[in-house]
Amino acid sequence: MIYTLCFILIVVGLYGIVVKRNIVKIIVGFVIMDCGVHLLLILEGWRHQGEVPILQKGMDLTQFISRAVDPLPQAMVLTSIVISLGILALMVALAIRLHERYGTFDIDEMRRLKG
Amino acid sequence: MERFLSVDLNLVIPLFVALPLTMAFLILMASRWLRWLPDTLGNLTLLALAGLSFLCLGHNVVYHMGDWITPLGVDLRLDPLAALLLIAVNGIGFLAGVYSIHYMRQFTSKSRYYALFLLMIAGMNGVVLTADLFNLYVFMELASVASYALVGFGCQHEELEASFKYLVLGSLATLLVLVGVALIYGMTGSLNMAHIATKLSAMPSTKPLVFSLALLICGFGLKSALVPFHAWLPDAHPSAPAPISAMLSGVVIKAIGVYVLARLFFNVFGVTPTLLWVLQLLGVVSMVVGVFLAIGQWDMKRLFAYHSISQIGYVVLGLGLGTPLGIIGGLYHLINHSVFKSLLFLNAGAVEYATGTRELKHLGGLNQSLPLTGKTTLIASMSIAGIPPFNGFWSKLLIIVACLQSGHYWLGGWAVFVSLMTLASFLKVQKYAFFAAASSTLGTIRKVPFFMSASLVVLALLCLATAFAVITGLSTPAFITPAADVLLKGVITL
Repeated sequence: MIYTLCFILIVVGLYGIVVKRNIVKIIVGFVIMDCGVHLLLILEGWRHQGEVPILQKGMDLTQFISRAVDPLPQAMVLTSIVISLGILALMVALAIRLHERYGTFDIDEMRRLKG
Repeated sequence: MERFLSVDLNLVIPLFVALPLTMAFLILMASRWLRWLPDTLGNLTLLALAGLSFLCLGHNVVYHMGDWITPLGVDLRLDPLAALLLIAVNGIGFLAGVYSIHYMRQFTSKSRYYALFLLMIAGMNGVVLTADLFNLYVFMELASVASYALVGFGCQHEELEASFKYLVLGSLATLLVLVGVALIYGMTGSLNMAHIATKLSAMPSTKPLVFSLALLICGFGLKSALVPFHAWLPDAHPSAPAPISAMLSGVVIKAIGVYVLARLFFNVFGVTPTLLWVLQLLGVVSMVVGVFLAIGQWDMKRLFAYHSISQIGYVVLGLGLGTPLGIIGGLYHLINHSVFKSLLFLNAGAVEYATGTRELKHLGGLNQSLPLTGKTTLIASMSIAGIPPFNGFWSKLLIIVACLQSGHYWLGGWAVFVSLMTLASFLKVQKYAFFAAASSTLGTIRKVPFFMSASLVVLALLCLATAFAVITGLSTPAFITPAADVLLKGVITL
């Protein structure tokens, strides 16, 4: 069920990127899609009523493994969030520069490059 | 000397990523006080990397980052295929770096340029070496983000527009790849390529696997600009400064596109007839569509950019045949293309530098005014069009023979036809820009400075030198065969 919601988020973001003609809306679409992907990644490691994956002294190892959530996707999502923050910053910077040059956010009016 | 050559490769491999990263940082920090520093430090780093990549030739080493054992930590894996790509990335990188000493004087802020350039090199080296899927994604983003910024380096209308287009499509591609990686992690519980390969070979082909493969094809297809996904390339590549166009067309689309496709499909997921069929289809369509779009162009760099799509089609077609000869031909063409396409873009940059325009209709008579650039362009044009003594001929011949050998007569026919069309469009470039009478609209023509000419000449010589790889036998070119064997061995196991 939650997986379906993730994919809905991804598809909504994709729709924004593909269909919208306004740069800011494209960027928002990208962010939505990004969130969907990150949620999907986090869900991979999720476990119902899981435990914090920190091994402490005196814990039973087999029981710990069977109950703890997978920590690896969390590390990956953290990396991925940082990367997408970088991309987002670059996108917004470019959008501002484009607005300086063209005076608009509409990509239909930015047609200096031909076919 | 003997002692130097037998240097421990375990110390060398991490340098391919660590050295450019450190230097990029140092250049940005120190260039505030020393104005000559970016040129010197940047090019010394690139030279060192190019030298180191030759040391790696013919070795098989796995480097464990932080000494973690294989399934737990991230590995860097060096094999002949990775070594081949490392030489291409760092060699072309060095020549483009030398070229930019003079060329980049037209722009401000050389330190940022070299820092981004080195980041791009670090990303590509990482992609080529890594044996971990998520790590691959991180390095791919490193290379891509640096190249987005470099495409928009001029900050003019066209450059910003192209950069934004490239940025949106590129980050869409990496998101698709990330979803694919996440699904594969969910299925196998591992990110190490060898581990995934072992686990997947024991599993039946399921729908999620097919879906993630489709996502990966779309993602890396976008990165390598195969035809349904090619829209960004003809805008992004011509808009970048010339050395960056040379890097993007020559190396980036291969290192983070075609190479990864080949590595994942042949060594991790294992090829199936359907997968090969998809690759063949993508290859042929890119080949044909690319060349038809190219022939009508009047902007020199834009014409070259469309030819990149078409030539990448050849590489993917060769790989998609799946036969030993096809894979050898494909990899050989990959190396050759990185040499002659970067030469073409650097030539276009030299023409633009000297005359101030790259519109073929406004140019003319450059053989008299720029004799050296004229000769190097002629060599590059003959290489890409497949005229016998040059490298392009041999690799195209191998791919066409491989098509015929495996019974794909139609594909072979298309490959011959596209080669003729390529010849036609380069005759057009030669006729309008170099052989025609000098155009009256051209103003004064500047001389091409030393460092730019130097890297043009070296690349032109390389066009001939790489042709000598077939000296060891037409069907077993030196250096390429061990790399092709890596792919032919199929799925890697632990």
